[in-house]
Amino acid sequence: MIRHLIALVIGVILGAVAAVALLYYNPLAARNRLSPLSVSDQEIISLAYSAVAQDAIVYTNDGESRVHPRPIKVQQLWEAPVRRTDVLVTVLSDSRNNPAGIGIKFMSDSERTRLINGEVLVDSAWHIVLPERGSLFMFQTENYWNFLRQIVVPAYWSSGDSWKGSWYGNTTVGPGALGTARVWGGFGEFAGLDSEAVESISARAYSVAEGPVAMEGRLTIEVVGRVESQAAELATE
Amino acid sequence: MFKTLIFGFLLGIVGTIAAVYYLPVVDQYRESSIITVAPNGGNTEAFHMNIPMDRIMTGAPDQAEPVPLGLEWPDGETFSGLSAELFKIRNADDVVIGVASRVASESEKFGDSIEWVVHLPARGTLHISMPPESVDGIRRVGTVRAGTREFGPMHGWVSERWVANTDDDDEDAPDGRIELVTSLVGEFADEVPEETS
Repeated sequence: MIRHLIALVIGVILGAVAAVALLYYNPLAARNRLSPLSVSDQEIISLAYSAVAQDAIVYTNDGESRVHPRPIKVQQLWEAPVRRTDVLVTVLSDSRNNPAGIGIKFMSDSERTRLINGEVLVDSAWHIVLPERGSLFMFQTENYWNFLRQIVVPAYWSSGDSWKGSWYGNTTVGPGALGTARVWGGFGEFAGLDSEAVESISARAYSVAEGPVAMEGRLTIEVVGRVESQAAELATE
Repeated sequence: MFKTLIFGFLLGIVGTIAAVYYLPVVDQYRESSIITVAPNGGNTEAFHMNIPMDRIMTGAPDQAEPVPLGLEWPDGETFSGLSAELFKIRNADDVVIGVASRVASESEKFGDSIEWVVHLPARGTLHISMPPESVDGIRRVGTVRAGTREFGPMHGWVSERWVANTDDDDEDAPDGRIELVTSLVGEFADEVPEETS
């Protein structure tokens, strides 16, 4: 009887390990797709930022995560309703790498996360202010499955507790049907804008102790619709 | 015994996949929404930020005492007319339920503007735009430009006002609070679902 029980327990453990391996190596899980905006013939705004928390103006979270808040004295989001939320305030640079404005990103773990589908989802919102052009509000669902699988887990497996390499991927997976974010205009020449965007990450180094060490984020925003007429109106004034 | 091992193996696979499928990985903590219905005015909800306790960041050019300590606000002409604040936002029961940003922008080209983004993790996000002038010397009134998730189909207006603390006896009391009151209405679908018709 005891031998059967031991066999059952060993079988269950082996089965659980096999199931985790199946999920981890699931070939049907999220693939890195080409951004639909890469073939757009509309005007594109490209904004880059450092995705390293220590380069941010302000980065805050619950204070117990791998990525430490910055500056050290910043208030932490420890209350239960905001504990699974991170906030990043950063300088956004244009395609010539000149400072173009400020971006504030709110990121909350999504309850729609489904590991079985290869989905580690984050609901995020950007408040973007480009003083010389106007403001934008961007909402998206991001999937960090590929980032976790190809960077974070290998960093844990590494004897140096770090990952180095070259990784590029789009994190935006919705809410747009083609896996794009939704963008609305605020003031300035973007007033009335209703468009799409994609956020991508380019990583070169990651540390288990500190999180991203060398990583850049990029927002690719399509400028369409009423904005063109607004810009024309401004030009004629 | 080999059959038991195989049975356990299959049980382990099915059990793990069932657990991954059915157990929620993320379960955001929710506070009950405190909403009142205004006569012909939609749903009204009041939020506030106690100052200075709920202020996470105040970024502006050449400020003497930045919040938080050690903040390095970018300099340069691009940022000269820009100031940004970050707050924890509370419901009517004085419980923190989200985070909000307030950006004030001065521009000769576009005029001055104030924008709020209110992010409530369990519910969604609101983007609010308002003019810098108050309507009655007390309140600024702006409009909801966009909303996400729960706020997706909503539109309406939002008022902002500063309420100073008048209780001099309590040393720990805040200096005052910024109050945001939303008045939102949803969009009704043209088609009535079959089960209700």
